[in-house]
Amino acid sequence: MPSLKALRTRIASVKSTQKITSAMKMVAASKLRRAQQQAEAARPYAVRMERMVAALSASVAGSPSAPQLLIGTGQDKVHLLIAVTADRGLAGAFNTNIGRATRLAARKLEAEGKTVKILTVGRKGRDYLRRELSSRMLDGISYAGKKRLEFSDAEEVANRVTAMLSAGEIDVATLIYNRFKSVIAQEVTEQQLIPAPPPPQTDTAETGAAYDFEPDEETILARLLPQALAIGIYTALLESAAGEHGARMAAMDNATRNAGDMIKRLTQNYNRARQANITRELIEIISGAEAL
Amino acid sequence: MALSLEIVSPEKLLLSRAVDMVVIPAAEGDMGVLEGHSPMIVTLRGGTIAIYEGDRVADQIFVSGGFAEVTTERCTVLATEVLPIADVNRAEGEKRLAAAEAAYDAASKEGTEAEDAALVAIQAARAMVEATAG
Repeated sequence: MPSLKALRTRIASVKSTQKITSAMKMVAASKLRRAQQQAEAARPYAVRMERMVAALSASVAGSPSAPQLLIGTGQDKVHLLIAVTADRGLAGAFNTNIGRATRLAARKLEAEGKTVKILTVGRKGRDYLRRELSSRMLDGISYAGKKRLEFSDAEEVANRVTAMLSAGEIDVATLIYNRFKSVIAQEVTEQQLIPAPPPPQTDTAETGAAYDFEPDEETILARLLPQALAIGIYTALLESAAGEHGARMAAMDNATRNAGDMIKRLTQNYNRARQANITRELIEIISGAEAL
Repeated sequence: MALSLEIVSPEKLLLSRAVDMVVIPAAEGDMGVLEGHSPMIVTLRGGTIAIYEGDRVADQIFVSGGFAEVTTERCTVLATEVLPIADVNRAEGEKRLAAAEAAYDAASKEGTEAEDAALVAIQAARAMVEATAG
């Protein structure tokens, strides 16, 4: 049985931990709201961009001069995995899930004889993957200390991917990120960026409208595709940011609850020990008096 | 009031309303869009979008480049940077113009692709300066 003093300090320490976790939960909740709004705001652009890319790619489909961003290099040798994680931990399994998914994907591709390169966005992913796959990793990108994700941040990632593609360093690019499903659920998603997956077969009444292009399709595509890539990455980054705050909120809620349980148990032990002490002292007094 | 105009940037949906006519700065010259225009996809150069209600210009919005999708009933503008004309900063435009011209000089050694990109940037910056001149 620990002494009363030890119990008292223990209770005080758990209480202050609980204060921290509940504050973190509150912060995560408000950041989550902001991140969700931002993700919401980016959606109209992404939707319209998709529509335009679908219309354009339908009209250049099959043409051998279609840009690389759309059809890839025609090879399937070097794969680039872009792992999107958070810069901070304490968010449950949020970062570990991405790390594991990336590791498994890399192992699977290598078992098939492909070369794998990994680009990490976010500090935690880099730290996780560095242990095992450091030889395949490119310089990571991190937005630590940034208040708000901007579109230009996503453009930076997109530019690097485009540059690597046109230099012939990669053939396929896949994005691995946490999709925001609901406040408490994130889903690890692998999204192929290059070559662009064929657009879902929508009713041709909408997309089938024959567009005129000015200038020609290929010139537009050459400018549109990097933008489409950037917005794809931007949406993923925002989803991941929203997911991160959701995961942290859930993790901190759990931690706060656990701390509460612990305080209750410790307080009970403390009271029991105190009472036992009092009883023992009484017995000592009484038996002392009787002995006289 | 029949053409529905949308101006969207990656950060938000900036404008979505019905207008009579809109003039967009397409890559190969300004283009007026009315209801019933044949479907088109065009790239935009840096310039000013003029929104017409009736015969007068109701609004002017500066874009630094982007894309527009025109169908018979709507016109969607996708732009990275969108500013109401009143918020366009001349000093900022001049600064960018200088930067873009420097980039062009550097790019002329490198090759056509970088040169083209720099030319687009110069054009957008010049449009920004001109937009403030009124």
